[in-house]
Amino acid sequence: MAIGAAYAGARALAAMKNVGVNVAADALFAASVSGVEGALVIVSADDPSLHSSGNEQDNRRYAKFARIPCLEPTDSQEAKDLVGVAFEISHQFDTPVLLRTTTRISHSHSLVEVGSRHVQEPASPREYRIDVTKYVTVPAHAFLRRPVVEERITRLSAYAETFRFNRIEIGDRRLGIVTNGISYQHAKEVFPQASFLVLGMTYPLPTEMVRRFATEVKQLIVIEEVDPFIEEEIKLMGIPARGKDIFPSIGELNPEIVRERAIVAGLLPAAAGAKVKEPDKGHLPARPPILCPGCPHRGIYYIAHKLKLVVNGDIGCYTLSFQPPLNATHTCGCMGQSIGVAHGMAKAGVAHRPVAAIGDSTFFHAGMPALVNVAYNQSNVITVILDNRATAMTGHQDNPGTGKTLQGKDTVEIEFEPLARAMGIEETYTVDPYDLATVERVFRHCLKTDKPAVIISRRECALLPKARKEWKSLRVNAERCNGCGLCFRVGCPAVLASEEVDERTHRYKARLDPLLCTGCEICAQVCARKAILTRAQL
Amino acid sequence: MKPYNFFLVGVGGQGTLLASDVLALVGIKVGYDVKKSEIHGMAQRGGSVTSQVRWAEKVYSPLVSRGEADYYLAFERLEGLRYIEYLRLGGVAIINDYKIPPVSVNVGADEYPDEERTQRILREVTERVYFVPAMQIAEAVGNARTNNVVLLGALSSFLDVPPESWLEVISERVPQRYIEINRQAFLRGRQAIKIADLPKKTNRV
Repeated sequence: MAIGAAYAGARALAAMKNVGVNVAADALFAASVSGVEGALVIVSADDPSLHSSGNEQDNRRYAKFARIPCLEPTDSQEAKDLVGVAFEISHQFDTPVLLRTTTRISHSHSLVEVGSRHVQEPASPREYRIDVTKYVTVPAHAFLRRPVVEERITRLSAYAETFRFNRIEIGDRRLGIVTNGISYQHAKEVFPQASFLVLGMTYPLPTEMVRRFATEVKQLIVIEEVDPFIEEEIKLMGIPARGKDIFPSIGELNPEIVRERAIVAGLLPAAAGAKVKEPDKGHLPARPPILCPGCPHRGIYYIAHKLKLVVNGDIGCYTLSFQPPLNATHTCGCMGQSIGVAHGMAKAGVAHRPVAAIGDSTFFHAGMPALVNVAYNQSNVITVILDNRATAMTGHQDNPGTGKTLQGKDTVEIEFEPLARAMGIEETYTVDPYDLATVERVFRHCLKTDKPAVIISRRECALLPKARKEWKSLRVNAERCNGCGLCFRVGCPAVLASEEVDERTHRYKARLDPLLCTGCEICAQVCARKAILTRAQL
Repeated sequence: MKPYNFFLVGVGGQGTLLASDVLALVGIKVGYDVKKSEIHGMAQRGGSVTSQVRWAEKVYSPLVSRGEADYYLAFERLEGLRYIEYLRLGGVAIINDYKIPPVSVNVGADEYPDEERTQRILREVTERVYFVPAMQIAEAVGNARTNNVVLLGALSSFLDVPPESWLEVISERVPQRYIEINRQAFLRGRQAIKIADLPKKTNRV
């Protein structure tokens, strides 16, 4: 979409996590070949230390791979300023531009001075310039673009020499540090007096500036997170540089790591080290993210666990079902993987019935082609579509199934059951995941038929405003509870052990936290002694 | 201007991030350069949330190193232990006297640290430990959700910042109909730290 807008002459920006660029890569390479009419900026929010990602890929490599420039801010001010700069560079050099951040830039706040708004009102409708040789990238045309793209990088490299976000700070000349992004800030904490070459454009490098800097300092080191991307380029230029032999290539950097590694490398005296007291904490219970109290997914995964299903999962809140005690998700890699992996397992001939579980949003984003494949091949994959009426994990955005756009306007509400049937999957059922008996009955039915099946689990996320209004915390009847612990097995954070021990079983009776419990009644259905009072009973 | 490093930790949903927003804005209000950093990936789902705020004349890295936080503000007892090594030796730890046992404890696979073990671990880093019954105070004021502001009130006792500065920032950050209740929560939190416990040099306004 961003490419289309840029082709039409607009300034377009698409933002995504590091892994998102993998999905966008096909389109990105095509846009690099064709160039743009307006401007196209791709923001890649990388994630060293995997704070919320499945891999630590360093997307600066995409810039070199696709022959597009890469810009990196060192703080919030530069993050703002570089957007406008990126649009200018994109238009001037006829290239997509990668604007790359890492988590400590993306999830940090620092002071920003804003300028004045320049509102550009384009002609409406836009005049579209047809240029078939440029924009229809059949081999004959794409071949003509190859030297254009190579020459573009040469011109950008010359531009980089005077790019104002590339700057040299001369201090103590015994140590010259080449750095980028948040690493600059960490390095300033540890080496306040050193000389710095800060790169706001990390591809292509300003080679003359780098050479000049190298002659002005006694020793040159590179401080960058994850890949030795800058270090490799500098070494390719024949300039001696140290980098990953000192600093780690796994995980993010921080002042402590930079300081400790610098001491080991002899760049700082040992006395510079921090006086850290690591108290002997022993083992502390972990507190990982888990399914919220009232989460509708809990109903599906409790039954999946009960039926001992092997579940190929996907990306969303429901991924958290892998945690104990539910232990109900066994693979999860990238968006849309669930159905394809289950299908592949079916073709490989596993003993278990292949079951895939995918969220409503993930399904629209990446699951549909995979389900078409299952239907087309008549494979016996059972696909659960977890429809909680929102894109919950990323902040409850709307999606094509909710009937509202991101801007809150009414729109079509794409329904899963007709969609699955249109693909030719007859065994299609919609269940309320709060109704455990029905969930189990439908699963058992689908397991008996050897046909492709779709189970739509439909119940809104417990955190949505409408659902919140319905919250009503339940109560345990302590007289009936015998501490059997069955309710703990649903893994709900609202189900706690009370202080009271049952006389016969010698186990802690259950209690429900009144601030956390939403009244979904899943635990009440699981209780064998009807010791948890339902809404009707309260 | 004396620089300060703050390390906040809580359970997703307790209001840790709002507290760190207020803390950052207060620093800006009194003239500091401020940076703050947070990890809130999936924290709404009951996970551990950390936030770091730095006040200085000029702040470079937004990250606080281990042993460099002046103040450690924990919204829950277990979280009070989890990152305590970030507090400098002899620094101030303000901990909400409230337990949210993780699921592993509830199913009996893990033990919640008891009082003796908790004290022992904390005292290895500092004697200046203040348990504040923020949930109780918040409930007494009228809304349990103000427990984060109670803790900010307690923290404010240690800093040379006029309470009005805090209250102005808080008023801008909470819905208008809750301004008064948050004001009460802040002031009660501030009162929870006895004057005798404060270092002699502090000018308590």
